[in-house]
Amino acid sequence: MYKIAVLGDRDSIYGFAALGLEVFPVSNGDEGAHTLRRLSEQDYAVVYVTEALAEEIPGEIERCRESLMPAVIPIPGVHGNTGMGLNMVKRSVEQAVGSDIIFNGN
Amino acid sequence: MASKQITPTRMELTRLKKKLVTATRGHKLLKDKRDELMRQFLEKVRENKALREQVEAGIKAANKNFLLARAGMQDQVLNTAMLAPKQRVSVEAGMENVMSVEIPTFDFKTRTPDQNDIFSYGFAFTSSDLDGAVKSLADIFPDMLKLAEIEKSCQLMAVEIEKTRRRVNALEHVMIPELQANIKYISMKLDENERSTQIRLMKVKDMVLKEAHNYETF
Repeated sequence: MYKIAVLGDRDSIYGFAALGLEVFPVSNGDEGAHTLRRLSEQDYAVVYVTEALAEEIPGEIERCRESLMPAVIPIPGVHGNTGMGLNMVKRSVEQAVGSDIIFNGN
Repeated sequence: MASKQITPTRMELTRLKKKLVTATRGHKLLKDKRDELMRQFLEKVRENKALREQVEAGIKAANKNFLLARAGMQDQVLNTAMLAPKQRVSVEAGMENVMSVEIPTFDFKTRTPDQNDIFSYGFAFTSSDLDGAVKSLADIFPDMLKLAEIEKSCQLMAVEIEKTRRRVNALEHVMIPELQANIKYISMKLDENERSTQIRLMKVKDMVLKEAHNYETF
């Protein structure tokens, strides 16, 4: 049985607590990287990370990319959408196909 | 093309021929694997893109609602309301094997079946905006989980496709041509050896005949 975590600045994620997800408010990138590393070693199947935080810790996100669990998924925070989530999809396409054929460069 | 020293023997030739057969078969299989993975990947990634756009729009709307709710009530009240969630979500994770890539499947379970358990507070002190905000987030949640599943699958498949493509290319452009060149080299060398032995024998025969009978052949 696995759990779901939500990681990010407090304002963006407190709503998820009501749904029954586990929220981990962090205030800066270092703390976020630490928490993500700790979570990836535990029984978490999915970790949602706010895009703002995800941009600060690309190393940790990359580390989780090739392992089966957890799935680290960027979500937009309260400060808006940075397009980082779609960029990650784009990167997958580029990695697999060699060039971006889904988004056509935009 | 013969990059390293190869011994032109019949044994080596048989060995190389066997290797070539294996390499060709492996190449065909890997190529098929790559094509099928690519087809499934493209299908998945299109779905991924659509779903992501949908989820991002949903979360954006929910965030807007939360912002409104926050504006309408005191911080302490809000914190208290969110302090002790009633509902709890756990995930059942399964594996699916797509062309030898293990991709996860997620299925979520809530602790209580009651849909209204997402409201972990009494309605007396909170604004109704908060109810709407929580509800909008709860509505988008199944899609979020689906997104997690698909996006992880896409990432894993992308890695596998890259690996397979490298293998296919290495076989096609390095291994197989090299083997073919080596086989050609050995068979040429063997033929050449055979011819030179033949000639040598003929010469020796001539010399022997001449010595014995003073006899010339042409």
